[in-house]
Amino acid sequence: MNSSLGHKASKQTPQTKQSDRSSGFTSDRVSNNADAIAQVIEVREVREIHDFHGGIHPPENKRQSTAAPIRDLPLPDQLILPLSQHIGVPAQAIVEVGEQVLKGQLIAEAFGPVSAAVHAPTSGVVTDINEYLIPHSSGMSALCIVIKPDGEERWISHSGCNDFRDELPQTLLKRIRDAGIAGMGGAGFPSAIKLHPQQKIDTLIINAAECEPYITADDMLMREHAEEIITGIQILAHILGEPASVLIGIEDNKPEAWDALSAQLHNSNVHTNIELIEIPTKYPSGGEKQLIEILTGTQVPSGKLPAELGIVCLNVGTAFAIKQAVCEGIPLISRITTVTGKACAQAGNYRVLIGTPVSHVLSETGVDEAQCSRLVMGGPMMGFTLPDTAVPLIKTTNCILAPDQSELPTNDFAQACIRCGLCAEACPASLLPQQLYWYARSQNHERLEAHNLFDCIECGACSYVCPSNIPLVQYYRASKGEIRQHEKDKIVADRARQRFETHQQRIEKEAQEKIARREARRAAALAKQNASTENVSGSTLESSSENSSGNASENSSDNLNTNESDTNSGQSDLVKAAMARLQSTQTSPEQQRQKLERALSAAQSKLQRYEAQLANADSTDDPRTADQNNTLLAKIEGARLQYQDINTRLDALPAQQGPSEGDV
Amino acid sequence: MPDWYEITVIELLTQSPLLTALAALVSLSAIFGAVLGYASIKFKIEGNPLVEQVDALLPQTQCGQCGFPGCKPYAESIINGDAINKCPPGGQGTIDAIANLLDVPAPSLDEEHGEESEVRTVAYIREDECIGCTKCIVACPVDAILGAAKLMHTVIADECTGCDLCVEPCPVDCIDMLPIASTMIDWHWQTPEPAESLLIASDRRGEVAA
Repeated sequence: MNSSLGHKASKQTPQTKQSDRSSGFTSDRVSNNADAIAQVIEVREVREIHDFHGGIHPPENKRQSTAAPIRDLPLPDQLILPLSQHIGVPAQAIVEVGEQVLKGQLIAEAFGPVSAAVHAPTSGVVTDINEYLIPHSSGMSALCIVIKPDGEERWISHSGCNDFRDELPQTLLKRIRDAGIAGMGGAGFPSAIKLHPQQKIDTLIINAAECEPYITADDMLMREHAEEIITGIQILAHILGEPASVLIGIEDNKPEAWDALSAQLHNSNVHTNIELIEIPTKYPSGGEKQLIEILTGTQVPSGKLPAELGIVCLNVGTAFAIKQAVCEGIPLISRITTVTGKACAQAGNYRVLIGTPVSHVLSETGVDEAQCSRLVMGGPMMGFTLPDTAVPLIKTTNCILAPDQSELPTNDFAQACIRCGLCAEACPASLLPQQLYWYARSQNHERLEAHNLFDCIECGACSYVCPSNIPLVQYYRASKGEIRQHEKDKIVADRARQRFETHQQRIEKEAQEKIARREARRAAALAKQNASTENVSGSTLESSSENSSGNASENSSDNLNTNESDTNSGQSDLVKAAMARLQSTQTSPEQQRQKLERALSAAQSKLQRYEAQLANADSTDDPRTADQNNTLLAKIEGARLQYQDINTRLDALPAQQGPSEGDV
Repeated sequence: MPDWYEITVIELLTQSPLLTALAALVSLSAIFGAVLGYASIKFKIEGNPLVEQVDALLPQTQCGQCGFPGCKPYAESIINGDAINKCPPGGQGTIDAIANLLDVPAPSLDEEHGEESEVRTVAYIREDECIGCTKCIVACPVDAILGAAKLMHTVIADECTGCDLCVEPCPVDCIDMLPIASTMIDWHWQTPEPAESLLIASDRRGEVAA
């Protein structure tokens, strides 16, 4: 099965095969590990591998960066650590500006379950916690912690566990979470969550496909750190309760990495059920769902997670980081990043500290920025153009590509779709890219969703094969964003509608209550009138004494009470309450005066402000239109009238004192 | 006598197809009539469902720019034959959606009612200057302003629809409409310029015509 597939692949892409496979490939393997070859054949025979729909074979361009071993970069002048380098909630800073930090010290802790911690990549001083440009296709800024290294590389005390097999999975998970490990393949999903699925896991897949052109970070990591990776995979298997099958999927364009891993697997000291499986080189075989289909033959249904099928898939770089965290207590503070492209003089793989500014990497690796057509973070298929070289490298940065004009030309202008259908043949998710393109252009969100737009993995295979150079993926990304925005807007609109409806109901209810109150007041007034006619002498006495006693409102309410007790007629409680309300709403002249004075001062300040505005407009010779000036003048006139009105009312207030009392 | 009667009715039905058909049709129509009559009472829908559908497409800012006191009254008016292009906050997207729903041609926005704005805004009260007059609270159609008489007011930004109905009543002009800054969570890719918009080769190369 495998040989037939391999044959098919080689037929499709002669240039792929000859570029990366060394001629002495088989003999190397035999000489490296003589008895391994028998077991290799055995492994290859038991595991049937499958194919996924579509896919492309772009030029690999991997050899440029695999010549030299992994190198270290000198310390940069500053490290910029974004608090959100993963999918989920940003971490929360727990250090302050000016604080001394040690290498490996926790500087921002995970906030909520879907989050990842950030650690100091070297010892130094925190110089700033502020918004900095981050590597994101939006070119936006986000909160970052800036550390100025002191060059001493002083470690915080750290220790790993002696034997991970003695530890509980929960303990190991906590270690992984505390080490801030997020998926190193590119998406950056916090690994601890992936390793704590609800379902029973029977298949653990380690993604070593690294299918994207140019990138060799995982390849070099496997060549140089095979032992650690195998241990990391054993830790993962232990955490997941020893799944029945543990598979490493590796593309056949990485024979050296394959050799290193298989030598490690067949080492007599390692007892494991890990299967190393060679898969034909095809982009995007490293996509999670694609790799699962290749290795197990199962398609992950739309909208489901692999965990629901009992499968967990992790990147080989993540396995390495987990080994370091568990066995040595080293948090995720550095990673292997490929720096390549024709504009790069020393292409290769570098061990960089998280937070290293891209400009530092470029200058240390001899990138000629003048030659560079654009700077891409990630690979040529799925990466994005960096807005600025000041942005830092983050946990998910597997490649910095500095191509020249001939490698990645920028002047590919889109032409009209000729409906050739090549995109549908290339789509690894079996979608209809052409249909999606038309629907995206007409913003037909319903049809887009019906055509499973959200199953698009944005791999760029359709754009790659498009003879009209249509940036299809960008259309899909934009449409996805619009649909998500639309859904959010809908939730907001629904809430606003609900609030408006309750508002209307409340207004209606208040209006009805007002009518009811008015009725009650009328009844009360009628009752009072009756009472006063019945008990004329008593009421006049009371009112005269009240007049002399003063003008406080409490007195008038007393008056009412006496009136009521005098009449003692069977008035209803409703009427009593209405009368009490009537009394309490009646404001005393002092209160009225205060209110008017406040209004007066407000009107005065308003008038002054308008006049100042007018004066300002006059003095600066602002080329205002006559219209605007007129409105200002009208506003001033209005404010003046209001001021005068309040003034006259205020003047009339002492005169009103008598009648207002008499009213009560 | 009864025997004779029975025989005649049955014979009549069996021997005259016309009468049989008539009897069958009458009984069928009676049954269906009863079912339909029952259904029309049992499954009666209150209000016009089309109003609800139009209302769902309107942006629910409740701003009144269309001349109606809220989105629902405008939706009702649309169903009664009003123009569908009176909603500036919804803009062309809403007009297109309503046109699609009602199967009518989509006109462009009626500028008389206001212009479509790209940036969404939210009301903000400069709290130092607020005198606590409650006028904005009364004006707010979605009860998004919090406060009491003679106490400082503030806007619940998440609930504010940006209708700016509160700005006008404020006696001290302390309410601003602030644009909502776009964040990383809101950001999404922009749709690329369609290929056909650059028809001439020199346009594509970015050359400026002389």
